[in-house]
Amino acid sequence: MSELERHTYDVLVIGAGGAGLRAAVEAREAGLRVAIICKSLFGKAHTVMAEGGAAASMGNVNEKDNWMVHFRDTMRGGKFLNHYRMAELHAKEAPDRIWELEMWGALFDRTKEGKISQRNFGGHEYPRLAHVGDRTGLELIRTMQQKIVQLQQKDGAQYVSMESNIKVFAELTITDILKENGKISGAYGYWRETGAEVLFEAPTVIIATGGVGKTFKITSNSWEGTGDGHALALKAGANLVDMEFLQFHPTGMVWPPSVRGILVTESVRGEGGVLTNTLGERFMFKYIPDVFKNIYADNEAEADRWYVDQDNNRRPPELLPRDEVARAINSEVKAGRGSEHGGVFLDVSKRLSAEVIKKRLPSMWHQFYELAGVDITKEPMEVGPTCHYVMGGVEVDPDTAAAVGVPGLFAAGEVAGGMHGSNRLGGNSLTDLLVFGRRAGMGAAQYFKSNSKNPVSDVAIEKAREKIQAPFDRAGGENSYALHAELQEVTHNLVGIIRTKNEIEDAIVKIADIRKRSANVSVSGGRKFNPGFHLAFDLDNMLLVAESTAKSAVLREESRGGHTRDDFPGMNSMWRQINHISSFDGTEVSVREQALPVLPKELFDLFDVHELEKYMTPEEIVKGGTN
Amino acid sequence: MARMINLRIWRGDSTDGALQDVQVEANEGEVVLDVIHRVQATQIGDLAVRWNCKAGKCGSCSMEINGKPRLACMTQVAAYGAEETITVTPLRAFPVIKDLVTDVSFNYRKAMEIPAYAHPTDLAPGEARMEQIDVERSQEFRKCIECFLCQDTCHVIRDHEEKKKSFAGPRFFIRIAELDMHPLDTLRNRKKTAQEEHGLGMCNITKCCTEVCPEHIRITDNAIIPMKERVVDIKYDPVRWLGAKIRKREGIL
Repeated sequence: MSELERHTYDVLVIGAGGAGLRAAVEAREAGLRVAIICKSLFGKAHTVMAEGGAAASMGNVNEKDNWMVHFRDTMRGGKFLNHYRMAELHAKEAPDRIWELEMWGALFDRTKEGKISQRNFGGHEYPRLAHVGDRTGLELIRTMQQKIVQLQQKDGAQYVSMESNIKVFAELTITDILKENGKISGAYGYWRETGAEVLFEAPTVIIATGGVGKTFKITSNSWEGTGDGHALALKAGANLVDMEFLQFHPTGMVWPPSVRGILVTESVRGEGGVLTNTLGERFMFKYIPDVFKNIYADNEAEADRWYVDQDNNRRPPELLPRDEVARAINSEVKAGRGSEHGGVFLDVSKRLSAEVIKKRLPSMWHQFYELAGVDITKEPMEVGPTCHYVMGGVEVDPDTAAAVGVPGLFAAGEVAGGMHGSNRLGGNSLTDLLVFGRRAGMGAAQYFKSNSKNPVSDVAIEKAREKIQAPFDRAGGENSYALHAELQEVTHNLVGIIRTKNEIEDAIVKIADIRKRSANVSVSGGRKFNPGFHLAFDLDNMLLVAESTAKSAVLREESRGGHTRDDFPGMNSMWRQINHISSFDGTEVSVREQALPVLPKELFDLFDVHELEKYMTPEEIVKGGTN
Repeated sequence: MARMINLRIWRGDSTDGALQDVQVEANEGEVVLDVIHRVQATQIGDLAVRWNCKAGKCGSCSMEINGKPRLACMTQVAAYGAEETITVTPLRAFPVIKDLVTDVSFNYRKAMEIPAYAHPTDLAPGEARMEQIDVERSQEFRKCIECFLCQDTCHVIRDHEEKKKSFAGPRFFIRIAELDMHPLDTLRNRKKTAQEEHGLGMCNITKCCTEVCPEHIRITDNAIIPMKERVVDIKYDPVRWLGAKIRKREGIL
């Protein structure tokens, strides 16, 4: 066997989306030598798909906005299951992270005064999303990609090469995170192009691998969303928190079949798009839950007036948090009031002129025109729920993004759990990436000061090596594509948007069966850029994630945010105090309960106590938060 | 309605390769990437193809379809005749890795050669004020999804291996133009370096790049031509030329 390719770095960032790149910038600026690893080419991460914007209470459009209002909105959106400290840090630091991007060259859309413009979005009380048309994620990725280049140019002027201290390893998959003496020592993987194996020795690893959407059949996620980081963290001894919470974005494309699931940005509704069923009824008025009745309009006239006068009217119900809208669409379709292809109609053509639509929603116009033959300036779009985001993720310390239980391991972005509670508000993801990406970079730099070396042992290398070779040594095993399709059917049908006990139990059995068979996957062809071989490892990750989701979902006997139980339709204050912690013993995932950290008094007091009564038990209200 | 179509796929690597014919099912509304995936899942498990978003936003699935540089995720199967064979081949301007995947590292090297954005040192966070109309000029270029189809079609890159060293290509001309038109960027001489270091002069504005851009960025009209005109203006304006000589001021461009 040829000599193993080895690299030594101070910090290894797995994932080159928003969180990974922001972490890499921070770590490099703190003086560390950084390797950035991505499964795709540099700049293709799923962050580019984020359309609407990045939520930050800069107060540029409505000066009444501030971090406290943003914090309240985030907690409400998450149905108070959020880790309060993450929501607090996020709300406080988001504006600085946006302004920082501007200093790195980002060009956001502007207000008349020349400030960064902010748009309305579901669940946000004021216009809050910094944006660039409907391609905000692309702007974020490109800005940070170019910031990395800037750092490389700076290094190039000082050191041997531009890549001396920060280097991107593109199209490389990590298959194992390595530990020695209970602490992180590096990671092992292979080049997708050649199949050749690579060892990274690094005492700190930041996981920023994004989501798990590919576990599901209908998803807005690209092929990369296979839960790699979730699974790597589990296998390295970290915990996942609240994996039952999956966000089904209410508006994915539904027709033609080949585009089913592709995202239709919430900005369409933010800009005035309305949802109707086949009867022409604007149905969202029927679905305003009690907890939101005082801030959402219950009639069309008021909802329409809100677009011109937000101070004296309540918001249109199309802008309810995503979980509410997704469930409403699901109910309409189930009740037989859906479109021919199983969706509902979303129409922005009646409120905005063709010119304004093309300017504010250019990529939506393009996407529907080219892929569905629909001109959204003239006709409605057909939309339905699509698996979009996982609220659950690696259990971390909010301030440092350190993974609980694994010294040297950090996680940020979608792969980290806690920040969004049971449901994420649109626009909070992009600022989550920035706020916690930076904190992970800082956390890693701090940890590195007293843990600068932890060499990888030959035993660990040998184990990692065997695992990569295994699928080639098996002949006549199952096909990874077929197993993946089978898994997607199971999750879609049995742990999808609406769940019941029997179905979830059925899913747990079926997932275990697929996992057993997946141990026998064999691949055809060689190691060179072989997608069948790549999928074999992705599949293993998806199976662990699905197991964690199903096992958490069966335990939570209530409906909250991105977890809806047909057999337990209401929200239950007792369950709000509980996080589900998944861990892995090498054979299977087990889930246990853990108390949710209690709101400190100063944050408790930011809310009207009558609002908190809707979420909390009387005992919690009497206590009034800890202090 | 599902129907069978003829797909001809280039298979091979840097050493050797050939076109292979396959019959594959295509459903209503499907794009070329869908049928390639079906071939991968049912017939050729190790068929190499890059893709990510499948919505025309990431620029990964660039290839040549019936000889034209295109995104496979944005090319409808129905755009071709029922009896027509659809031929998919890797980008010709870049070295093949395997099947439809090429080595596009040329572009990332070029990206590292373009001097980064330089923010005014005296402008604190949140203090920037820019007019929408001023940011829009650069925003057009920042729409770029880096699919590198413009690079693939540009005949300087496609047909002249020897010029790759001194020629950045249309993707990076719009990057330079974007920075040049950025209301806050403080680095001067961007147009001059475009001409002298990145090969702007080699472009003879045939607009092939603009034609293949899936984002419909007017690369030639809005980036390349204005930069060329300004370079010419400055080079041949005697007063400016003299001024520059006398004061030895670099920043005049």
